[in-house]
Amino acid sequence: MTIILALDTSSDACSVALLRDGARSSLCVDAPREHTQRLLPMVDEILSTNNLKLHDLDAIAYGRGPGSFTGLRICLGVVQGLAYAADLPVIAVSTLQAMVLGARRELDLNAQKDVVVAMDARMSEVYWGHYTGIGAQAVVDERVSSPMDLAQYMNDLASRDDVVVVGPGWHYSDLNEFNVSAAFQGVMPKAQDVLSLAESSWLAGEYTTAEKSQPTYLRDSVAWQKRKRIRQS
Amino acid sequence: MRVLGLETSCDETGVALYDSEAGLLAHRLYSQVELHAEYGGVVPELASRDHVRKTLPLINELLAETGFSKQDIDAVAYTAGPGLAGALMVGSCIGRALAYGWGVPAIGVHHMEGHLLAPMLEDEPPEYPFVALLVSGGHTQLVQVEAIGEYILLGESLDDAAGEAFDKVAKMLDLDYPGGPRVAALAEQGDKERFTFPRPMVDRPGLDFSFSGLKTYTLNTVAKHALEDGLPDDQTCADIACAFQEAVVDTLVIKCRRAIEQTGFKTLVIAGGVSANTRLRERLEEALAKKGAKVFYARHEFCTDNGAMIAFAGCQRLVAGQEEALGIKVRPRWPLDTLEPLV
Ligand SMILES: Nc1ncnc2c1ncn2[C@@H]1O[C@H](COP(=O)(O)OP(=O)(O)OP(=O)(O)O)[C@@H](O)[C@H]1O
Ligand SMILES: [Mg+2]
Repeated sequence: MTIILALDTSSDACSVALLRDGARSSLCVDAPREHTQRLLPMVDEILSTNNLKLHDLDAIAYGRGPGSFTGLRICLGVVQGLAYAADLPVIAVSTLQAMVLGARRELDLNAQKDVVVAMDARMSEVYWGHYTGIGAQAVVDERVSSPMDLAQYMNDLASRDDVVVVGPGWHYSDLNEFNVSAAFQGVMPKAQDVLSLAESSWLAGEYTTAEKSQPTYLRDSVAWQKRKRIRQS
Repeated sequence: MRVLGLETSCDETGVALYDSEAGLLAHRLYSQVELHAEYGGVVPELASRDHVRKTLPLINELLAETGFSKQDIDAVAYTAGPGLAGALMVGSCIGRALAYGWGVPAIGVHHMEGHLLAPMLEDEPPEYPFVALLVSGGHTQLVQVEAIGEYILLGESLDDAAGEAFDKVAKMLDLDYPGGPRVAALAEQGDKERFTFPRPMVDRPGLDFSFSGLKTYTLNTVAKHALEDGLPDDQTCADIACAFQEAVVDTLVIKCRRAIEQTGFKTLVIAGGVSANTRLRERLEEALAKKGAKVFYARHEFCTDNGAMIAFAGCQRLVAGQEEALGIKVRPRWPLDTLEPLV
């Protein structure tokens, strides 16, 4: 039977989840700016409560993004270290896709309906994607755009009634017409949903090495800020 | 004890394997200079992204070169600060998780303690106590060193660091980033007699530095001699580089001499990127010989950022029994004189 550990720190939440012989457990805390402090102790906790050692795992999964750049790297850094140390395969999971599973799990959505999920990308932009079905198949490529472009996409859809919208990205005023409730905006990427998607990837043979694992930033060119010297630190 | 060292505090990814008995086994460095060159300085987000790509492949190279396997590593040391927060996080997360995965101790190393101890990697290491001049891109400090972790700050720059001043003057002279070594090379062609630049704060007591006035003076001299394209002729550029370097070196020499007189120590250690400067080394050796004091520095590649100094510094603390908890602490700002002694 398969044993997979999943980690995610792409948002303010810090979460880990474990699949063991079909049984699942998970830990999640809301801990903005504390991810580095919290993540490894949580990994240790979930492994030890399950009487497992790192070497007992078959694979490690991580929320590969999009999300906070720093958060993505904290998660991946820890995953790279763990997977490299124990020679484990690594499974990358889309955080947007994980949010769709989370929404279905937490909000009791009609499974017939598609989900358009949006995350705040700062700088007046959103990361978003459109997914269909229980397994959250992507209908379009995930992307980063202005809220206006997302509104345009929604208005161009043939039947908007068959689509549910979730995620914190919907707070922008350009998206007010969609009336997204606080509960629906509150959906976050969580390790337990990363884990569910990782299970399918694992069965499909979709995994890679620690060295090859990277975050998916989606935003690759902005007016990069130059360093300000940290003096007399 | 065989320690894997990781350095990712700024724009170099460094890894090394140091053995408490056998010494330095191997080290690897990947410099991001080309990545940042077009921006004329380090872009933190790009630096962090590159560390995530390079760290594990470099460890693979290190193991392949030494013939050791993962199981042969007894502890992991990583730079925990000071430096760029996002860049530090990469090495710290990877390093701490590796140690957890291998079931070995980990230690977060102070980057400047790494620089300060780098000369200990040489065949003739300095002995305690000594005065250390830390001169790098972000620091210019004089430190009284009694032992590892026992640091008393004697003086520091009130504005720009010496390396930063070198880099800014390089920009004024249209030299590529990072400019320090290029200014030094250009200064070789210069005429020392042509210009005399001010030596900031040397007539004041104390051991603090200031380089921003010198920077402005240099800028004004460049402007005064500029031709149509905004730059002086080649010889004048060289003469300016030379006058600037002489002024920086002179200032550093005067303060180091003062620190040696004040402490009565016979040993000066220079560390950090600017300690690679040949003129600085010569002038210090000459000046301190007169005081019966000796100058120690690391080989060129260990003056700037590298993994070897982190593996070494970490090893000293690990051997003394120090280690890090599972929660990863990254400290972008971390005063050197708050470090703990070994025992
Ligand atoms: N030969 C040289 N002469 C003068 N300056 C030099 C020379 N070689 C390197 N430098 C300067 O050293 C600095 C880089 O050193 P180092 O890598 O130690 O600094 P840093 O890591 O950026 O800063 P810090 O260590 O303070 O965080 C740069 O400012 C560079 O211009
Ligand atoms: Mg440095």
